[in-house]
Amino acid sequence: MAHEREGAGSSATKATLKIWRADAEVAGSGELVAYEVETYPGMVVLDAIHAVQAKQAPDLAVRWNCKAGRCGSCSAEINGKPKLLCMTRMSTFAPAEPIVVTPMKTWPLIKDLVTDVSHNYRVAKKIPPFAPRPRDADGRWRMQQEDIDRIQEFRKCIECFLCQDVCHVLRDHHETEEFVGPRFLIHLATLDMHPLDTVDRRPMIKDEFGIGYCNITRCCTEVCPEHIVLTDNGIIPLKERVADDFYDPLRWIARKLFPPKHKKRLPVLPDAEPARPLGVPAPANRAETVDAEE
Amino acid sequence: MAETKYETHQHDVLVIGAGGAGLRAAIEASAMGLSVGLICKSLLGKAHTVMAEGGVAAALGNVEPRDSWKVHFRDTMKGGRYLNQWRMAQLHAMEAPARVNELEEWGALFDRTKDGRILQRNFGGHKYPRLAHVGDRTGLEMIRTLQQHGVHTGMQVYMECTVTRLLGDGPSGAGASRRRGRVTGCFGYWRENGKFVVFEAKAVVLATGGIGRAFKINSNSWECTGDGQALAYLLGAELMDQEFMQFHPTGMVWPPSVRGTLITEGVRGEGGTLRNKDKKRIMFDYIHPLYASETADTEEEADRWLAESTSGVASTARRTPDLLPRDIVARAIHTEVKEGRGSPHGGVFLDIFSRRSAEDIKKKLPAMYHQFKELGDVDITKEPMEVGPTAHYTMGGIRVDPETQETCIDGLFAAGECAAGMHGANRLGGNSLSDLLVFGRIAGLHAGRYAKATAGKHVDPAQIEAFAREALEPFDRDEGVNPFAVHEDLMNVMQTYCGIMRNERDLKTCLKELDRLKEAAARTKVVGGNRHYNTGWHEVIDLRNMLIVSEAMARSALARKESRGGHARDDFAEMDPAFAKVNHVCRAAGGGMELEAAPLPEVPDEIKKVLLEEDR
Ligand SMILES: Cc1cc2nc3c(=O)[nH]c(=O)nc-3n(C[C@H](O)[C@H](O)[C@H](O)COP(=O)(O)OP(=O)(O)OC[C@H]3O[C@@H](n4cnc5c(N)ncnc54)[C@H](O)[C@@H]3O)c2cc1C
Ligand code: SF4
Ligand code: SF4
Ligand code: FES
Repeated sequence: MAHEREGAGSSATKATLKIWRADAEVAGSGELVAYEVETYPGMVVLDAIHAVQAKQAPDLAVRWNCKAGRCGSCSAEINGKPKLLCMTRMSTFAPAEPIVVTPMKTWPLIKDLVTDVSHNYRVAKKIPPFAPRPRDADGRWRMQQEDIDRIQEFRKCIECFLCQDVCHVLRDHHETEEFVGPRFLIHLATLDMHPLDTVDRRPMIKDEFGIGYCNITRCCTEVCPEHIVLTDNGIIPLKERVADDFYDPLRWIARKLFPPKHKKRLPVLPDAEPARPLGVPAPANRAETVDAEE
Repeated sequence: MAETKYETHQHDVLVIGAGGAGLRAAIEASAMGLSVGLICKSLLGKAHTVMAEGGVAAALGNVEPRDSWKVHFRDTMKGGRYLNQWRMAQLHAMEAPARVNELEEWGALFDRTKDGRILQRNFGGHKYPRLAHVGDRTGLEMIRTLQQHGVHTGMQVYMECTVTRLLGDGPSGAGASRRRGRVTGCFGYWRENGKFVVFEAKAVVLATGGIGRAFKINSNSWECTGDGQALAYLLGAELMDQEFMQFHPTGMVWPPSVRGTLITEGVRGEGGTLRNKDKKRIMFDYIHPLYASETADTEEEADRWLAESTSGVASTARRTPDLLPRDIVARAIHTEVKEGRGSPHGGVFLDIFSRRSAEDIKKKLPAMYHQFKELGDVDITKEPMEVGPTAHYTMGGIRVDPETQETCIDGLFAAGECAAGMHGANRLGGNSLSDLLVFGRIAGLHAGRYAKATAGKHVDPAQIEAFAREALEPFDRDEGVNPFAVHEDLMNVMQTYCGIMRNERDLKTCLKELDRLKEAAARTKVVGGNRHYNTGWHEVIDLRNMLIVSEAMARSALARKESRGGHARDDFAEMDPAFAKVNHVCRAAGGGMELEAAPLPEVPDEIKKVLLEEDR
């Protein structure tokens, strides 16, 4: 790196990182270990962790891919705040204070900063996939830009799972089986608002996917590194659509007679594992809470 | 440490790599009703493809109705300086539109034209606006679409699993009695716990991407360590065109933390211009004769072209030289800097702020806006960016049959960036994402057909045992060198001696240095820790792969005594017609690497005619 450091020589300063070192398979492991690194212009926390790996702790586990905020691999908590390691500049912290880096709290730990996020992949698989209406006569589909602006915003999601990490329903109440979490609510919103899609997922959004658990704290929106306005643009409109459908008797009848758009109901989840044993009703008064919130 | 136990999985088709190419291959084979396994080093959806920005090239003709597969084919061959396998370039140009439309069927949402069709933007070397895109995050849209569609097709995904060896045997014998060898599966480890795993398969598709991480300044993810090329080579397959490395003209140069990080060509597609420290637009001085007839030679014409072609008017002006192919632009920047006309941190200026409104910039290039704001302290709606060349794309790779993507080993296929042939000496922007879709599908299809026609294969336990021991060696050495230090060393060697400008002396030094590094890599030691998610150990294994591919690159570069596309030499500065007829092929032989100058396939007359046609 020597030739890249021009201009950094005189201002070379040091910073201290306290990194969570733990191994799920080693009983009793788990401690914050302090490492000192030399800083240089533009340095991000991920650079500092790489410096530690290269010189001091070669077995330190961390996920990353792009180092440009594109892939959503390097999620962790910096001084307790869910962040991307590659998009957090060292210069945002007071040089004298140690920077504390810990893994995402919501997911089971694997090693050091790496957690088991497989839950998210299982949820993704449970969501019935996109199914478009037939193409136009010339074999293409037409969509107006303004009709897709909103869902293009949701599709900026890099699946960093920081919103999942911060959401109290998952983080503190561990309702992972009942509630898909904000990332997947906006995925469901994307599908619901997709101009070409034909599947009606609203009953599932209410039941299997547990939208009622969200009480609109907006923590997910705050941490999203892609600046997606999850709550106001995605989750609230989705709640309204779902609530309208189910709690307005007239709409309910209308819906039975004229299903929305070209959407068809899916009788069962296509995936093997049912989210809830059949016949068990959704927990009571969730949707009422929602109405009260709005 | 000597725990060599392993678990076993069986599939008809095994795809190694879950970028665009691997996902598309796996989707195709799944659709044939086969059992498909998809393996990747990272989590699903994080592959390098996710970083692609500018767009996917396909002659849809939505913005410019004059576009057709023929024009796209012509642009691709010209961009590749005619070293491409013509048949691959043809298949690519013909099939790309269908592959892009198919993504819409699976939920992709590209930016739209006014009448609601897929919008297309200008890119370097493409005669017409051709790149379907979503702002500057096209790769994300593509990988998410394939991922969301793919996981519902029944394929089994194995994440964070690294393959260290292919199982089977390579070609043997000589002449007519030469046997092709065959692949029976692969061997690897779970990153999470370091335990070994064996996959038995009838057919294997490699889709492991490029080798940008061998260079100090690069735009690539950590995964781009040339694994597929090395795995194939070690089993006896051939590497081709390895001298052609694409240095993208516009990487970030400041601050050091982000040196090399990509700035999409889309910035220039949207009107951005390259200027030197005297504010002069540099590209008018570097118009290559090959492109003279189709390139604007005044600022007035260049700007007229831009205004017309971005507003949907069929332009009569010629294209701006800012959008010449990447090799030309990268070398222009290299020259400006070398001759002292560069920017403060050793690049040149890329200016979009004076060309488009702040609102347009934020809408069309949101990721660039944030990237500079958050990592570079630059507001690109108010000031120019500083840019310079960065190692970006590997044109060379595994040699495959143009029709089927099969290698010289039965049942072993390759697609995407790890395969060679489609792009020749230089890739056009946007042609990679379309390459992934077109050849990913073809590889999946033919791997599927091969699997259907093949009875089960059996792996050889002795071979597995040997590979397990090999993987564990770095734990057992009493003393040794730090693998991170060797990697750093390698990046500097390749950057210095096999970079954007090469010559005989440097390339010979490079090969010598690589010998030294190979020797060092053989002595790397894993210090501390166990097999659980041990990054130091993973680095040792990646190093072996990078060294193999780097050697092929240096050897091929030394043999090519000319400058062409992504391979430039100051001791042979021009294109040489003698080298226009050959591809360099590397293979393992007699304990070392052997290089052959293989003649290019003959271009049939009707294709020659297409190449010579002028489009009106
Ligand atoms: C910043 C950037 C922007 C780009 N923009 C564009 C663009 O606008 N348009 C365009 O056409 N192209 C673009 N490219 C190029 C393009 O993105 C890549 O060439 C392409 O994504 C490569 O895809 P792939 O499927 O071949 O491999 P990759 O996406 O690199 O995927 C490789 C896969 O192989 C797996 N793998 C590798 N080794 C192993 C192993 N040993 N064991 C198991 N799995 C393994 C990895 O985990 C990964 O899943 C861009 C590239 C970069 C870096
Ligand atoms: S707004 Fe809802 S989904 Fe988001 S963090 Fe709060 S409770 Fe969770
Ligand atoms: S919505 Fe935002 S925070 Fe949540 S996973 Fe996607 S990018 Fe991350
Ligand atoms: S490494 Fe990709 S988001 Fe940080």
